[in-house]
Amino acid sequence: MTRKTLAPALTHALALSLVLASSTAYAQAIRIGVNEPLTGAFAASGTYVVNGAKIAADEINAKGGVLGRKIELVIEDNKSNPTEAAAVAEKLITSDKTPVLMGAWGSSLTLAVMPKLADYETAMLVETSSSGKITTSGNPYVFRISPPSSLEAETFAPMVAKLGLKKVDFLILNNDFGRGAAADFGTMLKGKGVAVGLVETMDQGAQDMSAQLSKLKASDSDTIMITSAVDQLVLIFKQMAALGLKKRVITTGGSQNPDQIIAQAGSAAEGTMHLTTFLPWFPEKTPNPQATAYFIGEWNNRGFQFAGVTESFRGYDGIRAIAQAIEKAGSAEPAAITKAFWSVDFTGLNGPIRFIKAGPAGKESGQSKPDVYLIEIRDGKVAVPTL
Amino acid sequence: MAEFYQHLLNTLVLGGTYALLGIGLTLIFGIMNVVNFTHGALYTVGAYLTYLAVAALGLNFFLALPAAILGGLVLGAAIELVLLRPLRGSDIDTTMLVMIGAGIVLQSGTLWLFGGVAKAIPTPFPEAPLQIGPVSVSWLRLFVLGAALTLIVLTYVLINRTRLGLAMRAAFQDHDTAALMGVNVRLIYTATFAIGSSLAAAAGALLGPVYVVFPQMGGMAELKAFAIVILGGLGNITGAAIGGFILALAEELGAGYISSGYRDAMGFLIIIAVLVFKPTGLFAKAERIG
Repeated sequence: MTRKTLAPALTHALALSLVLASSTAYAQAIRIGVNEPLTGAFAASGTYVVNGAKIAADEINAKGGVLGRKIELVIEDNKSNPTEAAAVAEKLITSDKTPVLMGAWGSSLTLAVMPKLADYETAMLVETSSSGKITTSGNPYVFRISPPSSLEAETFAPMVAKLGLKKVDFLILNNDFGRGAAADFGTMLKGKGVAVGLVETMDQGAQDMSAQLSKLKASDSDTIMITSAVDQLVLIFKQMAALGLKKRVITTGGSQNPDQIIAQAGSAAEGTMHLTTFLPWFPEKTPNPQATAYFIGEWNNRGFQFAGVTESFRGYDGIRAIAQAIEKAGSAEPAAITKAFWSVDFTGLNGPIRFIKAGPAGKESGQSKPDVYLIEIRDGKVAVPTL
Repeated sequence: MAEFYQHLLNTLVLGGTYALLGIGLTLIFGIMNVVNFTHGALYTVGAYLTYLAVAALGLNFFLALPAAILGGLVLGAAIELVLLRPLRGSDIDTTMLVMIGAGIVLQSGTLWLFGGVAKAIPTPFPEAPLQIGPVSVSWLRLFVLGAALTLIVLTYVLINRTRLGLAMRAAFQDHDTAALMGVNVRLIYTATFAIGSSLAAAAGALLGPVYVVFPQMGGMAELKAFAIVILGGLGNITGAAIGGFILALAEELGAGYISSGYRDAMGFLIIIAVLVFKPTGLFAKAERIG
């Protein structure tokens, strides 16, 4: 071979090996798109979910993967911004060719992604969002394992009388998450004969809620129900203490990370109550103690803060549900996976993961029915109140 | 009535830091004719410096504030020397674009260094608030108000009562004549940008412990600083100080009595109103710079 022909031949061989390498890598791993807020207002929560998802992926791969292939998470940051969340979904589906997604943490983020799922006929497992609209708007590509706020309200209903609630004010995020919660809990409370007073809102990035809290302090209600995520809750509790606002507080939404609240808000969080969907403090009380113990052990091994488990378990269960759907589908094709979600059935860390039909007939979304618990922060620790 | 007094007290505390932010921005614009798009990022850097000093290095909380101010001063001087000095004389759009880029670099830098998860800064103040009749306020916020007012007064004294301030005012009025009179105008520009930057860092250092610290915290702060500067008249320091308190009052009363969902919109509604009815700002007639 002369020098002249050597160079093109080498280039050719290199190009060929690159093509082969990329196609074998593609054939080996089944890619799962993960669309979470890793920066912006919900960075803490999104990061926890992603870390939980990684534990699931590693566990599944250690056991031989799915359909004899490894799974690979393609993780993208939606920046806590609905426009970005939709763009991320599009990128994951069209460029990364992921046949199934998990996301997108917040209700507004998930709702922004949903039209893309319909456009590309690709399913998404919704791990955290709670707005009712997600499963009632007729999108057959949505499968949710977190409770909608109506389910939270339903679980909370029997406790209303025991807690002696008379009049409740709301302080909510001014988005689908917050407004959905105020609507569902408001309806439930009125049905129980409890008066609903003020509904104060705050922006998702807002740091100073003194004005809203001053108004709530002056109202004649006995309880404030708050819907937001951990970072903002910490600020709210500190600002409540600074204003001398002492009313019963119950938070909803399941993104409170009570241990982080205890660590960052200190005594300002004393006595607050939280509706949560996981009981990592009492593994023996969870529906699947063995899986809970494994997950918490693995979380600690990786050096993550314990505070994150109430958020991250959803990423863990979400990826496990997706893996089972792929297994049942028998292929990594989007259509087959979407269909197979309906036959997913196992016990997750907070109850059975089994999708029942929700929303308009013919275009139903899948909704699983997890457990919801009420916890209280007492003496700087998480306790289950005796009612 | 208690609720109203509480809103007024909240306004005072918030207004102090808003004023600091506004003064830093208006100073740089007034003297250098540079629209500083790194202002929000410098605010973020100030907060992270405090976090580093208190949480990571275990420094005394009260030493962290001067450390952050010093950090802002050094970083501001560096930005001026590296980016703005070579661009002196080029049109305002070029500098604006470079500053936008520098702002993005600083913000991404904090994200890269510290991650996206918000950090809380521990403080030595008791959690129980100070109760004054029907209203209450946290000791931390009182400290923030006191420190902000002190810094505002110090800036005022610096500009009106020192030789450096005299040179700054001279350079503002006519920078060629000032140069002929022996004023080192290049040094004045560096000093101005450094002082303006340190005020942004100070605001971040003061509000960081009140709220939480995260890489995007400067975005809204910067928008508010622009609102304050427009409100008070471009380059008008007294106007910026008063503008800070007006913005805080509008936000508090707007959220308290109109709608809390539009809290952040209140400030911008005011800007629109000012631009429509008094485009030069509320205090444009006052003597600029000082």
